[in-house]
Amino acid sequence: MTLVQAASLLRTRQISAQELTTAFLERIQRLNPIINAFITVDHEGAMQAAKQADARLNNGTATPMTGIPIGVKDLFCTENLTTTCGSKMLAQFRPPYESTVTRKLKEAGAVILGKTNMDEFAMGSSNETSFFGPVKNPWDISRIPGGSSGGSAAALAAQLALATIGSDTGGSIRQPAALTGITGLKPTYGRVSRSGMIAFASSLDQAGPMAWSAADAAMVLHTIAGYDPLDSTSIQADVPDYVNALATRMDGIRIGIPTEYRPDNLNAEIQKALTEAEQTFRDLGASLVPISLPHTRYAIPTYYIIAPAEASSNLARYDGIRFGYRCDDPKDLKDMYTRSRNEGFGAEVKRRIMLGTYVLSSGYYDAYYRKAQKVRRLIADDFHQAFQHVDLILTPTTPTTAFPLGDKIDDPIAMYLSDLFTISVNLAGLPAMSIPCGADQLGLPIGMQMIAPILKEDKLLSAAHAFQTATPWHQRKPEP
Amino acid sequence: MSHDPLYEMVIGLEVHAQMRTRSKIFCGCSTTFGAEANTQICPVCAAFPGVLPVLNTELVQMAIKTGLAVHGKIREKSEFSRKNYFYPDLPAGYQISQFELPIIEQGELTIERDDGSHKRIGITRIHMEVDAGKSLHEGIQGASWIDLNRTGTPLLEIVSEPDLSTPQEAGAYLKKLRAILRYLQVCDGNMEEGSLRCDANVSVRRHGHTKLGTRTELKNLNSIRNVMRAIEYEANRQIDILESGGSIVQETRLWDANINASRPMRNKEEAHDYRYFPEPDLPPLVITQQRIDAVAQHLPELPDAKRQRFVRDLGLSEYDAGVLTATREMAMFFEESVQQGAHPKTAANWISVELLGRLNRENLEIEQSKVSPNHLGRLITLIQNNEISGKIAKQVFDIMFETGANPETIVQEHGLKQVSDTGAIESIIAQVLADNPQQVQQYREGKTKVMGFLVGQVMKATQGKANPTAVNAILQDKLTG
Repeated sequence: MTLVQAASLLRTRQISAQELTTAFLERIQRLNPIINAFITVDHEGAMQAAKQADARLNNGTATPMTGIPIGVKDLFCTENLTTTCGSKMLAQFRPPYESTVTRKLKEAGAVILGKTNMDEFAMGSSNETSFFGPVKNPWDISRIPGGSSGGSAAALAAQLALATIGSDTGGSIRQPAALTGITGLKPTYGRVSRSGMIAFASSLDQAGPMAWSAADAAMVLHTIAGYDPLDSTSIQADVPDYVNALATRMDGIRIGIPTEYRPDNLNAEIQKALTEAEQTFRDLGASLVPISLPHTRYAIPTYYIIAPAEASSNLARYDGIRFGYRCDDPKDLKDMYTRSRNEGFGAEVKRRIMLGTYVLSSGYYDAYYRKAQKVRRLIADDFHQAFQHVDLILTPTTPTTAFPLGDKIDDPIAMYLSDLFTISVNLAGLPAMSIPCGADQLGLPIGMQMIAPILKEDKLLSAAHAFQTATPWHQRKPEP
Repeated sequence: MSHDPLYEMVIGLEVHAQMRTRSKIFCGCSTTFGAEANTQICPVCAAFPGVLPVLNTELVQMAIKTGLAVHGKIREKSEFSRKNYFYPDLPAGYQISQFELPIIEQGELTIERDDGSHKRIGITRIHMEVDAGKSLHEGIQGASWIDLNRTGTPLLEIVSEPDLSTPQEAGAYLKKLRAILRYLQVCDGNMEEGSLRCDANVSVRRHGHTKLGTRTELKNLNSIRNVMRAIEYEANRQIDILESGGSIVQETRLWDANINASRPMRNKEEAHDYRYFPEPDLPPLVITQQRIDAVAQHLPELPDAKRQRFVRDLGLSEYDAGVLTATREMAMFFEESVQQGAHPKTAANWISVELLGRLNRENLEIEQSKVSPNHLGRLITLIQNNEISGKIAKQVFDIMFETGANPETIVQEHGLKQVSDTGAIESIIAQVLADNPQQVQQYREGKTKVMGFLVGQVMKATQGKANPTAVNAILQDKLTG
């Protein structure tokens, strides 16, 4: 069942929000111990919200999202509901405020089932850095679901929610979406408010929907997008009707195929799936245009300067003083800082704090951070140039399909390369989607990425919808 | 305390001025001073996870005003940066400040030196930043308390060029800057309460040398007097070191006003690498020329302009104009008195002699005066209209100062109205002449000095209320007639 189908059943009262919510809560209770997609399940809150949703569905004040059970990545602050960010540091943290994203979802009547697992502070590509244990990929529980929104992706793949919210700093929505065979959208930087979303790298972080289809994602995005006075970096632009904009044909659409995203050593099955997808787009009326994004190879080093730099500063507030983990019996102030942070943060978070502190330190700033900002501009310019000639850009989402748990966790560089194809988009602030476009020999999902110009989420969703109308890949589900 | 004439001082001041915005710089919390600890905080200023700063536009207006007042260049595009360091009263672990692109650059103000000459002092930059909270180490042994009420209070940091050459110039600069900030109503300028803070960078060099000496930074200077003393002390300390063949260590030193000396801050307290980088949560601040023009239109008249106008248009002396424009409140008091019809020179006299004299004796500020400018203006008008004499006016003023009552009522209630009715005065004079035949005789014999005595008798008989001009004229007439 998709979100759109469920919304229709709710609207016609063929099913109640309480029945729907109960069904999902039962499924979570059965499968979450295996998948570990949720850190917190809010039975009481969900049932309460479902009851209110039924009231709205009866009295005519419902929206299309009313009564829809969803999961929210555990870095969106939810008032009085534990928000851990996947970290021991915030294991007991109950925010006294609501993020703009969850506030909008609640106002629309969505039912939040719980908070989904994630890499600690969204730092990771496999969901193995979570303090609350790794998430298993529902397609093969010996494999990772991707990260950092691994819980949100796995919850969908295991049908534990009708939609989930993720966040994407370097691929954290798209990469797990690809590895779990679902649809994930990273909006334009500033399209969705970051207020109340726990920061990893402020200039790159963006919240977005994860769903079974582009049509479902369109509904969720419509609910959460828009300018927010509480976020000075959110964009003051009207939110188009994404659902209405969905099309089934792509006549006249020019799709750019960047050579830099098809390395010779690209996984052959992924290469094959992409080639087939290109043919589908041609059949839908689109034309394919080879393009070049020459600065692509600098994206990973640039990202691993800028993101850790911002993170090292964003995470300074976790000092054990006002909230969060504090070590036992500190000797003095320095001891309290050192041990609270040393005991409260995991290895990957500490690695990035060190990296970020280093690149910002005096004597290195110009060589690293300032230079990275210049390269970031060049990477963004590549895209602006390309979009003079094409409407969308098509690439693989990941270099491989889901890899086994433990495979790369001790090799940070190998792990960082998982985000090879997704990172440039964050540096350029562009909207991009991953949608399923095939499977490998083992049946593991393959995803492809589409990238659009600033604020052209409608074009992105429309193309994805056309593709999904013509192909069955998004309907594949893992064996229960 | 005078330094070696072979040396000259090079002084630059960094002033932190708390802006009087209604709410904090990045959230809606109140900025009122003195509230119970941690009652004026929210998730934003306490830096809870996920919250974001939203810039207070009132602060930007105040910064533009200040920039215009010191003839600075207001950047079309300025940017906020993070200054990273750990301290318990800095909840985010970084201070949001401006670093590479401050809102204002290249300003200046003019100070008057002790010899009356003027000197232009450059202002390198003015930038906006956020104040930290307070750590309290009193109370329970081994514990510290954090009060975050002040966290998020907006500051302007105003950095001068090293153009100041004496402690007196530094004092004059601070006084001038404080007056401007108060005229603009953007800052209380209260150094004791910390709403205006000053650090001083001091170095010395031999006269004629152009190369700057090694400087030290002085902190904890909580009055203009302490700023001047600390600079004097520091210059002498540096000269002593140089004269004995030593060299100056670049360091930060804390002034201790109790012992009139400074000591170096421990290295730990200052060894920071702040790792500045542009604040990603705030877009660059863009200020259009229209916005600057709009602020400029509403800029109040500033001390220098007012002072010149008082001399040029109202005929005040340079000295009086200086006294009356030293603070915004004083100037307003004067101008309001004049608006009541008081002659400017007379009003200036009354304010600087009578009012300020009394206020100083009682240790009061002009804002605390029970005599309102309106009442003082009316009192002076009564003199000008010959309704009371200057002497009576002083009696009336004393009552006004004590009670705050208006001058007309006081004159009425105490029957102090001047007698100008010539008939009444004539009959009193007739009586005085009759009572003092000896003096009348002396006058007529040419001892015209007794005139004073006779006038005095008339005034005494009328309890000072007789119009002295009329008394003089009539007496003259009677005695010579």
